[in-house]
Amino acid sequence: MADPMRIRAQAAGDKTTVRVLMAHEMEGGQRKDAAGKIVPAWYIQEVTATHNGKTVLTAEWGPAVSKNPFLQFVVKGAKAADKIAVNWKDNKGDTRSDEATVS
Amino acid sequence: MQTRRQALKKSAVVAGLMASTGLFPQFAFAAYNTTAFEAKNIQDALKALGAGAPAESKDITITGPDIAENGAVVPLGVSTTLAGVKSMLVMVEKNPASLTAMFHMTDSVDPAFSTRAKMGQSSDVYAVAVMGDGKVLFAKKEVKVTLGGCGG
Amino acid sequence: MRITRTLSLIAVIGLTSIAVWAQKSAVQSIEEYRLMLQDGNPADLFEAKGEGLWKQKRGPKNASLEQCDLGKGPGVFKGAFVELPRFFADTNRVQDLESRLLTCMETIQGLNAADIAKTPFGKGEQNNMTALATWIAAESKDRKFNLSQSHPQEKVFYEVGKRLFFQRGGPHDFSCASCHGQDSTRIRLQDLPNLTKNPGDGVGFAAWPAYRVSNGQMWGMQQRLNDCYRQQRFPYPGFGSDATIALGVYLGVNSKGSASIAPAIKR
Repeated sequence: MADPMRIRAQAAGDKTTVRVLMAHEMEGGQRKDAAGKIVPAWYIQEVTATHNGKTVLTAEWGPAVSKNPFLQFVVKGAKAADKIAVNWKDNKGDTRSDEATVS
Repeated sequence: MQTRRQALKKSAVVAGLMASTGLFPQFAFAAYNTTAFEAKNIQDALKALGAGAPAESKDITITGPDIAENGAVVPLGVSTTLAGVKSMLVMVEKNPASLTAMFHMTDSVDPAFSTRAKMGQSSDVYAVAVMGDGKVLFAKKEVKVTLGGCGG
Repeated sequence: MRITRTLSLIAVIGLTSIAVWAQKSAVQSIEEYRLMLQDGNPADLFEAKGEGLWKQKRGPKNASLEQCDLGKGPGVFKGAFVELPRFFADTNRVQDLESRLLTCMETIQGLNAADIAKTPFGKGEQNNMTALATWIAAESKDRKFNLSQSHPQEKVFYEVGKRLFFQRGGPHDFSCASCHGQDSTRIRLQDLPNLTKNPGDGVGFAAWPAYRVSNGQMWGMQQRLNDCYRQQRFPYPGFGSDATIALGVYLGVNSKGSASIAPAIKR
């Protein structure tokens, strides 16, 4: 399974800023290896985020998102001790899910 | 000048296209939109999403550096103050495929997202908001890249 | 006639200075770009991995590194980074962070130090080494460098490091000083710090380990120094070699009092 994400969720009033770092190669499919062969594309395609189990965000990504992707979004109506979970699925079908507590 | 009949027909076609893309939540978060992510320019990407003609708007904001020291990692932010947004898109015009990322809204998130994108060369980058009423609004800025980020 | 001439001169000067002031320099734009990257440094991912490895029982001896002595006593990791390299009595040599981690991995965990040292950067155990170094560095973030020069070996290594810094060789006749031996030098848009003196907080020695966005890799000081040699068209001195440790002493002592920002994020 892929390496864990780092999720930080900080509440300020009604808005909680969530910052996520995901561990993923995000191989674009444009590069050639030393032998001259194209390195196959390998990238996160779907991202979802939930707040206390309820889906708050869904996203679709292409191969142009940078390696070890960073994502920042703002959740409304979350408070300290709530749970924010992020999960991703890549084009090979691998998935990863991690959770953080709002501080 | 369109007749009302022509206008209705056009919007019916667009609605049909939008339904088939699975872009909008009321049609359920369907399969990944490969066509949109393979489109080679902004117009084709928007067409694949069933989105109408985009209009530049001061209510949409695209943030990013003027110069990116390395095209492999370019921080980009898309946001708007408007209500009624269905999706926010990040697009890089001169990339091999223009659509970089799509964020689908719910009532629980602000229409404001930041991420980092690879840019193959200096290019205009776009923040596009697809509104619930079908309008498509955008803002753009130029980002110069000093080193290509696609592996070159 | 004279008055109009003076007036037009003043106008020209005024306009030029306004134009210069209003234009953002390329260097300024690059600085803004670097600032934008600070929040959300992928080095965080390596830090998390490193912390896990410090606590995980591994190797033939099935032990964790939690008793490893990085110079401030067994298991003390806070503040250790800014005092390295230093002399260690148990190995009777001056060691930097990564060679010291290697010592601990061998003596405490039973892993093969020679094999790990031979492993190329970015492969196998070297990835674990880098993650550990990233976390240890993070545990000293913002602290000021304060390397010891009290032991005779530490003084010797400083002098050796200085000689190596200025030693020219290889097909281009480069030395470290070719790029880092003077002020106001740069390669394209990249400023090169003067490492013969204290280059300031978070610069040079104070900025590694760092995540390099250009290749998406986490680099420790060992990789940075070895790669500098490669850039000068020298062979790698080798992981944990005396040469790289001596250079670390020279750079670290020169940086005394400056704050560490490691793990940093770089081009």
